[in-house]
Parts: sequence; C-alpha cells; structure tokens
Amino acid sequence: MSVPPDIEVDAALFEFALRLGDSALVLGQRISAWTGHAPVVEEDLALTNVALDLVGQARLWLTLAGDVEGAGRDEDRLAYYRDASEYRNVLLVERPNGNFADTIVRQFLFDTWHFYLLQRLGSSNDERVAGIAQKSVREVAYHVRRSGDWVVRLGDGTDLSRTRVQAALDELWPYTGELFAPDDIDRAVAGRGIGCDLAALREPWLRHVDGILADATLARPKDGWMHSGGKSGRHTEQLGYLLAEMQSVRRSIPGDRW
Amino acid sequence: MYTQLVEAPEGGIGEARSAEQAIFDDKIDRSITIEPSDWMPDAYRKTLLRQISQHAHSEIVGMLPEGNWISRAPSLERKLILMAKVQDEAGHGLYLYSAAETLGTPRDEMTEALLSGRAKYSSIFNYPTLTWADVGTIGWLVDGAAIINQIPLTRCSYGPYARALVRVCKEESFHQRQGFDIVSTLAHGSPEQHAMAQDALNRWWWPSVMMFGPPDSESQHNETSMRWKIKLFSNDDLRQKFVDQTVPQAEALGLTIPDPDLRYDESTGHYAFGTPDWQEFYDVVKGNGPCNRDRLRARREAYDDGAWVRDAALAHAEKRAARATSDAA
Ligand SMILES: [Fe+2]
Ligand SMILES: [Fe+2]
Repeated sequence: MSVPPDIEVDAALFEFALRLGDSALVLGQRISAWTGHAPVVEEDLALTNVALDLVGQARLWLTLAGDVEGAGRDEDRLAYYRDASEYRNVLLVERPNGNFADTIVRQFLFDTWHFYLLQRLGSSNDERVAGIAQKSVREVAYHVRRSGDWVVRLGDGTDLSRTRVQAALDELWPYTGELFAPDDIDRAVAGRGIGCDLAALREPWLRHVDGILADATLARPKDGWMHSGGKSGRHTEQLGYLLAEMQSVRRSIPGDRW
Repeated sequence: MYTQLVEAPEGGIGEARSAEQAIFDDKIDRSITIEPSDWMPDAYRKTLLRQISQHAHSEIVGMLPEGNWISRAPSLERKLILMAKVQDEAGHGLYLYSAAETLGTPRDEMTEALLSGRAKYSSIFNYPTLTWADVGTIGWLVDGAAIINQIPLTRCSYGPYARALVRVCKEESFHQRQGFDIVSTLAHGSPEQHAMAQDALNRWWWPSVMMFGPPDSESQHNETSMRWKIKLFSNDDLRQKFVDQTVPQAEALGLTIPDPDLRYDESTGHYAFGTPDWQEFYDVVKGNGPCNRDRLRARREAYDDGAWVRDAALAHAEKRAARATSDAA
C-alpha cells in the first residue's frame, strides 16, 4: 500500500490513537448509562464490565495519543477538553442507547469490527500499538461473544424481541460503512505497518455477522448509502450532548486534581 | 446431646420446648451457625428474610444515587472506580438475594415486594446526590457506616447471611477508602472544590448518623434480634462507634461536621453529639424523603422496560431446550 507522503508519521499515529480511544470512550460512556437500569441485575453487572473494559482501553489509547503528540496533554486533557468537532470516534458508537435491542446491536456491530481490528493491530510494528491491542483483544473477544449471544436470544426469542432487534439492525446498518472506509490517516498508518487495511476487515466481519444473524433468524439489511464523518470530526447531533454531560464537572469547577 | 436437651425444657408457664426448638436454642447459645436445612422458628425465618431482603434491596437501590454521576466523573480513572463500585453494589444485591432465597422465598417475590413499595430499603438512598463531592462523601460516610453495621454481622447466627457479608464487607472497605480519597482530594484542592466537599458533608452527615436506626429507647425489634444473634450491637452503640471513627477523619480533612453540640468527652473517651432530626427520619421511612418516589420509579421502569428482554431470553432458552430434546430423540 502506498504511503501518502505528506502525512508525518507521528501526526498520523496521533489521529489514529484518538480514533481508537474516542470510539472506546464514547461507547463506554453510552453503555455505562445502563448501570442501575438494566433488564436484570445480572445485566447491570455484565454491561458495566464491558463499559469498564472500554473506558480502560480508551485511557491507554488517549495516553498514547498524548505521548505521541508531545504537547503535554494527558488522557484527561484529551477526554475532557476537546469539543465534539475534535472527537474522532466512529459515528456508530455515539448513536443513542435506545432500547436494549438498539444497545445490543450497536455493541455487536462494533465489537465484531473492534475484535478483528485489534487482532491485526496486535502485530503492529509499533510496539506501543501492539501492546495495547494485545491486551484489549482479550477483553473484546468476550464482548463479541456476549453481544452475539444477545442478538441470537433476541432474534430467536419472541415476536416482539425479533421485531425490535431487526429494527435496530436496519437502523444502525448504515453506520457500519465508515468502519471499513480508510482515509489518508488510515492509509498512512497502514502503509507504515503501524495500522492495518481497514477495507480488508470487512470480509471476516461480514462472515461473523452473517453467522450470528442466521442463528438469530434475522435478515441482513441491504448495503446502501452509508453515513460517515466521525473520524474527521463531523458527528451526529448526539455527540454534543454526550460530551457536555461527560465534561461538565471537570470544566465548570476550577481544580488541578480530581 | 439431643435427649439431654429434650429433658431440659425452658421453664416458665409450663410449655415444653419442642425438641427442634431446643436444638436451635442450643446452637444459638453456643454460636453454632444455623444453616438452611436446619429447623428454625418461623419468627426467626421471617425476621431474617426481612432483614436480608431489605439489605439486598438497599444494595440495588443504592446503585442509583451514585450511578447518576458515572457519566460526569471528572477523570477517566474516577469514572472507572465509580463504575466498579456501583457494579460491586449490584453484586452485593445478588449475593444477598441468594442468601435470602435459602430461607425459601424466591428472588422474584422479593423484587415484587420492593417494586410494589411493600419492602423497605435503607432510607439513606432517598437523599439526592447533588454534586460530585456527594460521590466521595457517600463512599466515606455511607459505606463507612455500612461497614460498622455489617462487620459484626459476619458473625451472625445465620450461615448464608454471615458468609455473604464477609465478601460484602471486603468490598465495602474499598469503597470507603476510595470515597475518602475523593473527599480528601477535594478538601485539599481549590477553594471551590473544598467548598463542594464541605457542602456535601453538611448534607450527608445527619442522614448518615441516622442510618443506624432509631435510638435504642424507641427501637422495637432489638431485643429478640439480639437474642437470636442477628443483631449484635445496639443502634446507639454502632452510632457512637461511627461518630468516634469519623470525627477525627473530618478534622484531618479540614472539614467541619455540622453539629454545634459535638465535643470530645474526656471522661468517657467518646464524642458527645447532638440529636438528629428523628421526625425527618420517620418521614423518609414513610416515603416522604426527597427521592423516595424517584428511586422506586427508576427501579420499576428498569423492571418494566426489561420485561420483553427477560421474556425473550426465556423463550429462546425454551426453544433451545426443545431443539436439544428433538435432536436427541
Ligand atoms: Fe454494598
Ligand atoms: Fe459499597
């Protein structure tokens, strides 16, 4: 793959680490809203586990981004003092929690992609990237299994649950295109062996998704027009609210330590 | 031993103890735990069920006030710690429901009692969490009070409850340290942070003092529960212990406890303190606290909104079981 010559390696790695960190953080923030409100107490525990893993991973990526940037921004500077237009998460993760089926489908589509991506990044020629990916992929292997199990349970459950999970799938499918569409940053990191070819993730992703959808008796939506923009900071209306809430204490009260 | 006990009935109005009752009494006297398969008096079973299920409900409802602040925790590390804490409380709820189920009542029935408003939970969770400092203060005071209450109960007479509490107490002491760390960071931080910590202490102090229940002079169930060893210290003794433990901590933080009557009494070696507003306590117990309705509504909504998910999981499990049977046939 050719390396776009005008993107300096650290600048590309900075952006790339933000994308991974922001996606994990925003999704972790979303699912943590279920804590205390899940359908059964066992799900309070399980959803919180996933949120804990994702926010933990976000810290690692954001710390790496800050180190690479070298401007003295730590994980919290990056998490709490950037506005929506500076966030680099994929749009899928900022979609609202909706009902339990919406949450599960969003999770399943993301987890599957996240798993294959991290698996490849585990052999990144940047040791820092490889280290974070190898640690994270073990956690995400569990996330994929869990969200896939729920898609099957809801799909092959009652008529109502099947209707809801199919609706969620139809609604969220147009947000999956962005996951596999590399831009110059992605090409810059992939070309240097730091990242990987995002387009090549689609085939194993689709194979796994199809398998689960078959078990769930669900129909895969047709590929049509796809949303994009998250990775370059053009977000949906939802992200601003999420960040306003997340950053409110940190930004409104003076204090160096929390 | 068995016969010996039968030969020695409780005196009084000539009513012989049953053999089972005698064995039970002997175990209690000798601090041998009662296990689910053992005979136990109905009143003991009922009292325990009420106590353990109320405790479980408190863990579950207790997720709500702090859960409010997960989304706004002011650092990613604090966010993780808070999520893990609230998750622990869900876990405590589950261990305790399991302990209560050994008394013969299914969890669904206990949940129904909570949601219908028949069952009680700790009144402390009917107070609102208004700032980030409340999260620290709850860990420091409320988890701190819970530990003082529960450590003795790890030696209570009912085995499953005692064992569940060993696990619970270990985690509560983490919560308490983490809460104290938040308050300490704020108390030693900017003037705004310090003021926030003081404000939270002002609001949470008296409700925490009241967590130990009404004064001994007004407490109804104390005596029997103490004889059964499902309560080991009186409300007032536990409360004194809490005050004695907490006052020096507040001083170390440079925070002021909102009690003009608070002073160290050289002669007793304890802190003397003012009288809580017991009218407020009874009001909140009766359902008239700042958040009673909000808390129950949140739990009911989670339960009602989750019904279709639980139905789906059940339907799926049945389909799988049916397929497994037809495959095997
Ligand atoms: Fe607890
Ligand atoms: Fe706790």
